Amino acid sequence: MSAKTYAYYSGCSGSGTSKEYDLSTRALCAALGITLADVPDWSCCGSTPAHMVDHALSAALSARNLAQSEQLGLDDFVTPCPSCLKNTHNAIEQMRDPGFRKEVDRLTMRPLARKHRAFSVLQLIYEEVTPEGLALKIKKPLHGLKLAAYYGCLLTRPGRSMRFDDEENPVSMDRLLEAAGAGMLPFPLKVECCGGSFGIPRGDVVARLSGRILELACSMGADALVVACPLCQMNLDLRQKQIRSAVRLNFHLPVFYYTQLLGLALGLPEDQILLDKLVTDPKPALAKIEIIRPPDVPAQPAKEVPA
Amino acid sequence: MEHVQLGRGDTDFIRAVETESGQKVSRCYQCGNCTAGCPMSFTYDFTVSRIMRLIQLGQKNTVLSSKAVWMCASCESCSTRCPNHIEVARILDVCRHMSRRAGFGGARNVRLFADAFLQSVRWHGQSHELGLMAVYKLLSMRLFDDLTLAPDMLLKNKLPFKPHRIKGRDEVAGIFRRYAQGRGLHGGGKK
Ligand code: SF4
Ligand code: SF4
Repeated sequence: MSAKTYAYYSGCSGSGTSKEYDLSTRALCAALGITLADVPDWSCCGSTPAHMVDHALSAALSARNLAQSEQLGLDDFVTPCPSCLKNTHNAIEQMRDPGFRKEVDRLTMRPLARKHRAFSVLQLIYEEVTPEGLALKIKKPLHGLKLAAYYGCLLTRPGRSMRFDDEENPVSMDRLLEAAGAGMLPFPLKVECCGGSFGIPRGDVVARLSGRILELACSMGADALVVACPLCQMNLDLRQKQIRSAVRLNFHLPVFYYTQLLGLALGLPEDQILLDKLVTDPKPALAKIEIIRPPDVPAQPAKEVPA
Repeated sequence: MEHVQLGRGDTDFIRAVETESGQKVSRCYQCGNCTAGCPMSFTYDFTVSRIMRLIQLGQKNTVLSSKAVWMCASCESCSTRCPNHIEVARILDVCRHMSRRAGFGGARNVRLFADAFLQSVRWHGQSHELGLMAVYKLLSMRLFDDLTLAPDMLLKNKLPFKPHRIKGRDEVAGIFRRYAQGRGLHGGGKK
């Protein structure tokens, strides 16, 4: 493991609707020896609304955070949120065009001095710690838990700009959770859209798209969904009650952040993974984890069988 | 399927879409891959591949007044699956920018939500869910939507009452101010 430090951008939802994601991400990284330094006085990346209005405005909002990260003297910018990551990637990529960059600089009045790279925390854990490295640190394996990993539409797509995992069939979360002992289902909707930021203006759209994801995961026998995106989590968990009545199906499927489950498997305490923040009760799913106790008495050496 | 009365092609429009998106729309050969994977088609008036065709034909008003450019969720399925590597989602984004600048209302609530969100960022430097919901509800007059979510959010302590105002909020407001000024000067964000 590298002793490198990464500029950490939690994103707005990390202080509200996805506190548990932010906290469990920090705890997990600490346990895995990854050092995060908060971007000082960070601001919102503008999320989907900003790029819906203008690309230079969106890039300028991301560029301000990159400028803030320069105060730390760090080039590698990591965030748990795929939507923040997408905006940061797009800003870095579009600013390669000198005309675009000039417009962004005019908006921020803070031209960037360094070359920046952006990653998701998931990418960092998958590529730096690796599933094999993680497996060595597991204290409480998730044996008995059947999970569907749902990556959402933004994390890997399109591959030419996100540069991580397989764009249509990502496996990073599956491999990490497998290393933690969970059983992973081959979930066909892993990159389908959940309805994203349409939750507030068009709840019906989210009910339909997220409803399909929940329904399929249930019918495949999943005990829970696992996600890496605050917006997906909110649509699938917080809105699950709404969705149930809209699609007239009665599923109760907990929706964990992968950081919470990996944290659990590493033996991190509840106050670092905040499972109680989940709206759909995770206890029935967690009760399926088979506790395999190490045998108290060492096994008797096999008796030699006379020939 | 809706029929479109084709107007005279507006070549300036085609050029503007190409410059602002950095994409060549003529590379689209109408295979329909983008439409096949589009999760939002059920809300569209024109499917995404038809929008691509309408752009090629320079049908500015039809494209900019379409529901499709406003209802696109930017999920990137189309950009991922286009055999010609066209950034289709970026093209739709750019059409949405043009539609907004040209004063087409678009899908009203989608636009109002984006406005409320950005207003929150402009005020505080970060988005504040409760505040932006209030602004959105007042703008859209959808006062009773989503009230069922509030108890769960409060119970889980996920809805901070007060916005977190960052120290650099004036700097962030400055980005919005210069953006609004620049828009007057050059008619919008440029690629
Ligand atoms: S980005 Fe928009 S147009 Fe493309 S597939 Fe997704 S919702 Fe459809
Ligand atoms: S996938 Fe690409 S080439 Fe095919 S119709 Fe869509 S934009 Fe055109």
